[in-house]
Amino acid sequence: MSQFTVAFAGNPNTGKSTLFNLLTGLRQHTGNWAGKTVITAEGEFTHNNHTYRAVDLPGTYSLYSNSADEEAARDYIIFEEPDVTLVVLDATSLERNLNLALQVLEITGRAVICINLIDEARRLGIDIDLKAISKRLGVPVAVISARGKIGIEALLDQIERVATGAFTAQPLRISYSDEIEQGIAELIPMVEQTVGSRYPARWIALRLLDGDDSLLTSLKAHMGRQNISGTKEVMAHGVTACH
Amino acid sequence: MAGAVIPLSEAVNGSKLVISSIEVQGVLRRRLLDLGFVVGNAVEVLRRSPLGDPTAFRVSNTTIALRREESELIYGTLIGGGDK
Repeated sequence: MSQFTVAFAGNPNTGKSTLFNLLTGLRQHTGNWAGKTVITAEGEFTHNNHTYRAVDLPGTYSLYSNSADEEAARDYIIFEEPDVTLVVLDATSLERNLNLALQVLEITGRAVICINLIDEARRLGIDIDLKAISKRLGVPVAVISARGKIGIEALLDQIERVATGAFTAQPLRISYSDEIEQGIAELIPMVEQTVGSRYPARWIALRLLDGDDSLLTSLKAHMGRQNISGTKEVMAHGVTACH
Repeated sequence: MAGAVIPLSEAVNGSKLVISSIEVQGVLRRRLLDLGFVVGNAVEVLRRSPLGDPTAFRVSNTTIALRREESELIYGTLIGGGDK
């Protein structure tokens, strides 16, 4: 019997907390992120003799923009390295919700996509092509209704596959324009040299091109004494990456 | 009126537009994209606050209020509604 950590990510109002409460029941407590005024919930659930520590990240539309919530969610996924990042999406508004899913998948392939509110979507005549989405995203996808308790077992099976390593995927590689790809290629060796292979170098390079100061601050804090001032100069390239 | 390209700030209440371009730059542009203000997406003007700023928009099933300084930099093609 082993314990895994599952981080719950998702846009606000996707039913993320409903699912969290359903899985963890009363076995949860609220806490505070170190150094941040972001309240979070943690809980526990079991499935097939595995115990999972569930962490409810703040609801966010993105992992880029600079709010305490988004930084907390991003830092958790990058630095705490959960065994599974569960991305909860709203089936009635997939276009926007997939934005966050892609951002998470660029960081880690250890993810499960959970399309929630499927009952509501069906009522609106929305049909979800599970196979196609799973194929494009490259990670397991489950369709559920947390409120209606539909599809929960199948979701837990997918979480188990990723947690135990039965399923593995590389972070999703999105191709950007030549200019941005060139910037990434230039930065990756420096990023790898500075932060090592533990963190996703391509993703960090992208954030550097974006001029994401808050990620630099977090990286610095998490890497302790190591000096990452070398990467800062490269940022002055004048390349803006809005994609 | 339908078919005209106007900034969201000039669209009357109830009108629906398809976003054709977003001239906002930098971090805020990223933010607007995250929220669903993406070229090709439909936006509905829900209501304006008493002084006309900010304005509530319906985008991707969510209500989001923008100030004039942002909404006047987002352009859309009118597709209907609010023809008073």
